[in-house]
Amino acid sequence: MNSYLAYFTALLLIIMGIYAVIFKRNLIKIVIGVSLMESGVNLFLVALGYRQGGIAPIYTMAPRGHQMVLPTPQALTLTSIVIGLATTALMLTLSILLYKHYKTLDPTKIRGLMK
Amino acid sequence: MKTAYAVIFMSILVVFLFTAITTLHPMGYPGHTEMDDYFIKNAQIEVGANNVVTSIVFDYRGFDTLGEATVLFTAVISVVALLRGVKKDEE
Amino acid sequence: MKSDMSTIVKTVTDFLFGFIIIFGIYIIIHGHLTPGGGFQGGAVVASGFALLFVAFARTFLDKKPQQLYGLFESVGLLIFISLAFLGIYRTFFYNFLANSGGLFGMKITQGINPGYFNTAGVVPLMNMAVGFEVACGLSLIVYLLYRGVIEEGEDGE
Repeated sequence: MNSYLAYFTALLLIIMGIYAVIFKRNLIKIVIGVSLMESGVNLFLVALGYRQGGIAPIYTMAPRGHQMVLPTPQALTLTSIVIGLATTALMLTLSILLYKHYKTLDPTKIRGLMK
Repeated sequence: MKTAYAVIFMSILVVFLFTAITTLHPMGYPGHTEMDDYFIKNAQIEVGANNVVTSIVFDYRGFDTLGEATVLFTAVISVVALLRGVKKDEE
Repeated sequence: MKSDMSTIVKTVTDFLFGFIIIFGIYIIIHGHLTPGGGFQGGAVVASGFALLFVAFARTFLDKKPQQLYGLFESVGLLIFISLAFLGIYRTFFYNFLANSGGLFGMKITQGINPGYFNTAGVVPLMNMAVGFEVACGLSLIVYLLYRGVIEEGEDGE
């Protein structure tokens, strides 16, 4: 069970993010939920590539006699983090614009055509 | 009614994710590692970089990084376009 | 609303800004030897600029630096794509400087070593280009979001 702990943490983060996206009535909280889901996916990717007792895949001054963890999931996680940052910035910008236009952050009140 | 649908959807998702996780390999013992072993073994000779992750990001998977940089650039351009328009509108 | 922060924040920012920028540049140019790289170091540099924007809001919100940042960001991305195209005689993204003996072309053998800076071919150059792009892009995002929120606060008063 202990070896599945990181997977369960990732699952918990993803569930929390989906809960926030579905049930919260505030755009900022929805953005936070999406960011939580991204964190869960990143943790899941890194945990997939872990090797028992492994060290980071960098040869500079590395200790001898250890295996190295898988480098490809880490590279893909880097891509995922940057793209998550871009989407978060875009979502926050749209939230600012919606708040300026409608004076509210509640998506259920934004639905109408009130000016 | 909507809340009930949401609760049903979330419970189905939780069950699905839970079963998916319990059928994975245990953490620390990945199954197929041939590609990563090749990178770890040959990155220093082929690319010359001590940091294997950097040699993957910028050399073996350069297209990926190009798309990543383009996505970031597009996001910045979108933010500039959206927020600048509002500024001009208000003045 | 558009005012500077307290003297403590401004003094600490004066002291820390250089160190943050130097640390970010260190992470960028040693990306092929130590943990880090263009994206991470660029984010560190952008955090230094974010501190500057927050502490000296009055000075920087009137300066309108977005054209400069946009220009530098485009230049970084263009350098990155040009470096990728320079190896087009073999393949796109061909590492034409690695193991050539010249600039960043020192040959190393497989195994643990203390880290030689003059290695890895185009990887350090790409790190610098991407670091430039990410630092300017993130600073631009932080600046624009901060200005948008501040203007909203002014509007509500």
